[in-house]
Amino acid sequence: MEDLFTGSVLIGLLASAIRLATPYLYAAIGETFGQRSGVLNLGVDGIMLMGAFSGFYVVFKTGDLVGGVLLAALVGLLMGLAMAFISVTLNAEQGISGIGVYLFGLGMSDLLFQKLINNVQTVSGFPVAPIPILSKIPVLGPILFTQNVLVYGAYLLVPIAWFVLNKTTLGLKIRAVGENPEAADTLGVSVAKVRYFTVTLGGVLSGIAGASLSIALLNVFQFNLTNGLGFIAIALVYFGGWRPTWVLMGSLIFSFVNALQIWVQVVGIPIPSDIAVMTPYILTIVVLVISAQRVRPPSALSKAYERLE
Amino acid sequence: MKKFGKLVVLLMLVAIFSTACGAAETPVAPAETAGPFKVAVVTPSAINDLAFSQSMYDALVTIQGEMGEDNFQFVISDSMFVVDDAAAAIRDYASEDYDLILAHGSQYGSALKEIAPDFPETSFAWGTAGDTFDIPNIFAYEAFSQEGGYVSGVLAAALTKSNVIGVVGPVEVGDAKLYVDGFVAGVKATKPDVTVNVNYTGSFSDVAMASEAAQTHIGAGADVMSGSAQMVVGAVGVAKEKGVLWFGTQADQASLAPDIVVACQVYDWTVVVRDIISLVQEGTLGGKAYALSLENKGLVMSYNPGYDLPADIKAQGEAAAKGIVDGTVTIGVGGK
Repeated sequence: MEDLFTGSVLIGLLASAIRLATPYLYAAIGETFGQRSGVLNLGVDGIMLMGAFSGFYVVFKTGDLVGGVLLAALVGLLMGLAMAFISVTLNAEQGISGIGVYLFGLGMSDLLFQKLINNVQTVSGFPVAPIPILSKIPVLGPILFTQNVLVYGAYLLVPIAWFVLNKTTLGLKIRAVGENPEAADTLGVSVAKVRYFTVTLGGVLSGIAGASLSIALLNVFQFNLTNGLGFIAIALVYFGGWRPTWVLMGSLIFSFVNALQIWVQVVGIPIPSDIAVMTPYILTIVVLVISAQRVRPPSALSKAYERLE
Repeated sequence: MKKFGKLVVLLMLVAIFSTACGAAETPVAPAETAGPFKVAVVTPSAINDLAFSQSMYDALVTIQGEMGEDNFQFVISDSMFVVDDAAAAIRDYASEDYDLILAHGSQYGSALKEIAPDFPETSFAWGTAGDTFDIPNIFAYEAFSQEGGYVSGVLAAALTKSNVIGVVGPVEVGDAKLYVDGFVAGVKATKPDVTVNVNYTGSFSDVAMASEAAQTHIGAGADVMSGSAQMVVGAVGVAKEKGVLWFGTQADQASLAPDIVVACQVYDWTVVVRDIISLVQEGTLGGKAYALSLENKGLVMSYNPGYDLPADIKAQGEAAAKGIVDGTVTIGVGGK
């Protein structure tokens, strides 16, 4: 008990938080694009499961890690396209169709797992790849620069997403379509095209989020591997007020508190385990309530757009 | 266009739902003739979860091998983690002509309590639990998992060099809690100064949390770990990567990591199911509660042949198991 908060403990906790946040980041950044353009995709978890399985299957059969990520991304792309077709072309109720996509992913990933592998197996996933020089920096090195490639990718994604959304014409179009699709349409922006793009991109990133679990962090596949992680990612998009940097903050806070509650239990601080595992969720709800006061969601979020002719 | 679109989506949803359900139902043997003893099983996780559900599936396969496919047939609906879905499946099976319906999950108890009285000619069994609700057509079964937990704890204490052991638990209930408490008791009885760190993830299925918990245990110095529920595959993965020893429970997990799994406590439900079958065939449809133990061979310590366990340490484990059976060892957990 004497060494409760030594430097090495804190480094361990932060490194743990960085790892835990990785799948949330891929999925939540992808979902941010979709929601900024006005499409709520509740199917994230299902797409993640399909991505997790496809990535795992490739690595299990061939050992090809890059191939695994690519297939996960491709499967995510196809499921994103399907979601875009349902919600944009067919103008279906977004909440319901997203749940349909989720259930499809949950059932299909398990069916494929039963048929193609049929028992729990482990694979050698992405190894930890310390970045030369940077990983030698005291404190920050072991936290930030001693992880695997998919972890680095998730954090690189944040500034890229910020740049695309805020500094490019494409980002302007996405935001315009999410705020006022009628006006964007009048100015010659194709609402359908923009939404197809964002939802499909969200699918690709969700697929990679799944692969980050099955072939980088856990190196295993099992029925319902994500265990609802995709839904937390959607909550984190709200938490982050639809801004990539705040989504990053939200993911890190949630993951850090999760790492902390595990550690609190492991070192034997007498807090009932039920209370400990609740804390990250309670914290997220509290912050969500507070942040909801100041940030407004995209005006056209979850509204189908139909042109008045 | 709008109406058409909604119709298409509705149809797609129907297709999707039916796929999801289709995936869950695994007919194992065709039910044609009137003769065989027919069992329907509902399990909360996949039958290949290397844990709770698989332990029951393996038992039924064994019994089918003993009795022959002509005399014993079973169907399984697995991955029924939504209790309402499971209840619907139990009721469906009850209205067909199954002799015995196994609701293999403690979360199914209240559903069974409602359903069983509506089908007085059908026998039901559920677990892990010790309560038949005084309903004449319900059997209950549980596992004294603290026994194997204790034996594993004795072995773990003998094997640790860092004197720190980590345990990744799911939720503080039922056979998981018994296992963890038994494991800790076994360690403490062998080497009182060894630290056993325990955490619960709050879920039976959160593989990511189990994995991170294992990382934290190793960070805290653990060189031997254990854990319970289907999520532990995440922890076993980390143990394998870091070369930390592992003790499993519920099913044999040695295939996951042949180099580091020392031993697993395996649930063998055949003793229970066999007895229930003979009672049902004699006309007794319920009212009895069972418990797997080392004594009735429902709990078996399965040593991984791929791990080179020193003979003197294995002897300590076997002595503890023998002591539990003949009553000379008191675990101090769950009345044992």
